[in-house]
Amino acid sequence: MTITGTAVLLIYLILTPFIVCGFSGVDRVVTARMQGRKGPGLMQPWYDLVKLFSKETTSVNDIQKILVMAHCFFAIFSGAIFFAGGDILLVLFALTMAEVFLILAAYSANAAYSEIGAQRELIQMMAYEPITLLTAVGFYLSAGTFRVDELIQGDLPLIVKMPGFFIGFYYILIIKFRKSPFDLATSHHAHQEVIKGLTGDLSGPVYGFSELAELYEEMLMLGISGLFFITSNPLSFIWAFVAVIIILFSMSLIDNIFPRVKWEVLLTTAWIVTLFAGGGNLAVLGAVGK
Amino acid sequence: MRISKSPWLLHYDGSSCNGCDIEVLAATTPRFDVERFGIINTGNPRHADIFLCTGGVNSQNQDVVRQIYDQMPDPKVVLACGICACDGGIFKECYNILGGTDTVIPVDVYVPGCAVRPEALIDGVVKALKILDEKADKMKHGGYRSLTSAEYAEKLKEGENA
Repeated sequence: MTITGTAVLLIYLILTPFIVCGFSGVDRVVTARMQGRKGPGLMQPWYDLVKLFSKETTSVNDIQKILVMAHCFFAIFSGAIFFAGGDILLVLFALTMAEVFLILAAYSANAAYSEIGAQRELIQMMAYEPITLLTAVGFYLSAGTFRVDELIQGDLPLIVKMPGFFIGFYYILIIKFRKSPFDLATSHHAHQEVIKGLTGDLSGPVYGFSELAELYEEMLMLGISGLFFITSNPLSFIWAFVAVIIILFSMSLIDNIFPRVKWEVLLTTAWIVTLFAGGGNLAVLGAVGK
Repeated sequence: MRISKSPWLLHYDGSSCNGCDIEVLAATTPRFDVERFGIINTGNPRHADIFLCTGGVNSQNQDVVRQIYDQMPDPKVVLACGICACDGGIFKECYNILGGTDTVIPVDVYVPGCAVRPEALIDGVVKALKILDEKADKMKHGGYRSLTSAEYAEKLKEGENA
């Protein structure tokens, strides 16, 4: 691994909680302003996270703690592969593994709402997995490699060749960021019972670890969004950053505009977008490639 | 960092006439924006730090109150909101009412009123936050742990016998 690669990896591992808490703090203030409120301070997500770790460790059973820790580990691990410039396929599979551990943790609570949350998370996975895998294929078809450190060496930003994949990926970002209308399994807002089902039975530091994993996962998602815009030109990082900020703002906007949908709507629309935007782009790339 | 920067609260209605509930819910609406103090109305005992209880405890919901309290991880504080939650209030003599919240779980702050005034409610929460910080400090230094509802029942029994 190069020195820059190691530096990026270290920055990712150490600074992610601070960076994403910052983004999330801005998101909460922006959301409050959209609703005509003042909103909390920018540091609020950070206070919430630290508080969770200072609470008593309680758990409905012993296996739940281990499963949530495994979820957190694999979430950090998948991001680490990405930011170290590794294989994007491995990143996506490791991320799926992380999700599976969280779902198992929810199922292990053996509680009604946790179970509903876990089922909804499985449905969400079914909705977003096809396009994430197709996007990886799209990266290969446009750049001839799955490796992230080679994907960022192109002359043109990847979005030029894969706008359809980007649309599909953007659509599932709403699911990954747990934003309304697609926050079926668990939400960032104050909710209980069904809408907090997945994390409803986690408490104290155990819940803290699941939140921490969420932060690393969001960082990875922002990284993949940025990947569409980065080229061999160092200045492209600025454009990628601007694009990521615009994406984050649009997520807050969508969160505030749209009411939560039923799971059928989530699944059908996600697959329709995958089929037409992702599939169409794939067909064009395949035809041009030959 | 102090735990009072991020107090998440849980509101439970015992046998209230809903007067206090309306006051509590009004105070947590976006109009008054309690989120600016980091307060979130979680509605989930496993995520909550403050237990806001309104109305007296009756023979049917006493186990519910105990369970909610026991599910909350330490440090936690309990606020009895309104005179019914403090000692049973106007319903005190009813056949099904056990009394205030403190008949089943330990209460940290009593907020009187019928219905509880918003000013009193805010004052009560501010006092509760102070106690929450103290409990967090004690937990850090001396391994403090709140009484469980079962231990509290034992203690009450001993008090009666003595």
